[in-house]
Amino acid sequence: MSESDYEYHPVAKTSELEDDEVVGVSVGRLDIGIYKMDGELYALDDICTHAYALMSDGYIENGNIECPLHAACFDIKTGKALTAPATIDLRKFPVKIDGDQILVGVPKAD
Amino acid sequence: MSKSHTFIIVGASQAGGWVAKTLRKEGFDGKILLIGEEPYLPYERPPLSKDALLGKTDLESTFFWQPESYKDDDIDVLLNTRVIEIKRDTQSIICANGDVLNYDKLALTTGARVRCISIPGADLLGVHYLRNMDDTLAIRKSAEKKDTAIIIGGGWIGLECAATLDLLGCKPIVVEASQRLCGRAVTPNISNWMLSFHLNKGVDVRLNMGVERLEGDKFLQKAVLSDGTEISCSIAVVGIGVTPNVELAADSGLEVDNGIVVDDLSRTSDPNIFAAGDVANHPNQTLGRRIRLESWENAMNQGINAGKAMLDKGEAYNEIPWFWSDQFDANIQMIGLPTEWDETVIRGNKSENEFVEFYLKNKLIVGAISINSTRDLRFGKRLMQAEKKVQATQLANTDIKMQSLLKV
Repeated sequence: MSESDYEYHPVAKTSELEDDEVVGVSVGRLDIGIYKMDGELYALDDICTHAYALMSDGYIENGNIECPLHAACFDIKTGKALTAPATIDLRKFPVKIDGDQILVGVPKAD
Repeated sequence: MSKSHTFIIVGASQAGGWVAKTLRKEGFDGKILLIGEEPYLPYERPPLSKDALLGKTDLESTFFWQPESYKDDDIDVLLNTRVIEIKRDTQSIICANGDVLNYDKLALTTGARVRCISIPGADLLGVHYLRNMDDTLAIRKSAEKKDTAIIIGGGWIGLECAATLDLLGCKPIVVEASQRLCGRAVTPNISNWMLSFHLNKGVDVRLNMGVERLEGDKFLQKAVLSDGTEISCSIAVVGIGVTPNVELAADSGLEVDNGIVVDDLSRTSDPNIFAAGDVANHPNQTLGRRIRLESWENAMNQGINAGKAMLDKGEAYNEIPWFWSDQFDANIQMIGLPTEWDETVIRGNKSENEFVEFYLKNKLIVGAISINSTRDLRFGKRLMQAEKKVQATQLANTDIKMQSLLKV
């Protein structure tokens, strides 16, 4: 998808996040987790692909987010499912910073 | 291992499925045969008392792996098949239909079965247990009447079932023989919290109470409690614990003691036979004692452990036990299984049902129970693994992030 296929929404202030932290936000009907790692921001679908749980309630370690319900791990940078019981990756969204605002890009089709 | 080897797994359960999957993942190229008594592929049990009972999830979505996945991994699955004997001298098993199958290595993942009550009327229609998919489907059918449901036993299964039956429009009455809920698993503080939580949700709870008998003409119509109270009802669910399925192992002379006795590589007293999951009594180094765990996490991780050990790639199994339960909108999790501690620390807000109770011994976390506060519990597990000493006042202070305690 090209940049013009995304619509950017302000979701949080940059001051709300420290390294190795995540905050859960809603954009329309989507739940999205915004992560900060080594100063970089990442956005992933906030619903675990295995069972209904908010990933932003999970636990961050070594660049991975662990689901609070069944401890499935995903790579924060890519959304890739790393451990059982999850087998499906978390969807990744583009992130931008505008001033002190964090913006997350959602495909216009959504 | 050569292609001519055959590894058999008895018990098409979560643990059994993980043994099979792990064998293939770790490069075993022989024959893998997974045998199960139930008509279903290995499925998740946690939803049985929750989403599956609510009807929110179908059978297939509870499968750990879909049928194609077994084909892709060349794992033969034999369902509806009961194994009745292990012949260790000839390394073979005998199925109920008379088939004799030879193994090079064998894994026993036979799980556990429910404990039954023996009161009058226990066999009436409408009286259920909850362990298997078919149990859930039967309870769901009974619940269509939206009638009063007697829940016999105020443990995890009983309470989860009470919550779900309430959501289905039934009127659950939990009858517990002891003076508190989940008395064997949680501290009195947490038992009290659970009691008020369920009472607030409108669940009727009777402690220090037994069920004298169940009455009805073919179908359950009435429960008579130990104080003589008569309750009109058409559903009863019994949740008074499980017994490990050790008979196959015991009859073949394997060491059995509250489960099949295994070492930290899931090996039984026969070097060619392994066991994992609810049925396996194993050593836990962190806890310093032997345990048998009835948990989702153990069924997976010990299954993986056994699979690797069968290929001589075993790694000592030593996990901090972890459990969870979902009741109404409360997610309850536990780590550890502490037997003694000298400090109890509450972090969070008990009145808002968001807190962790930590148990400390000599400033080390030895266990914790969380209500809707998984992240703090998870950091607690990390502190426990790292054997970090913590100050109770810091742990209780929610202005201090749990992460920072790890960095001290």
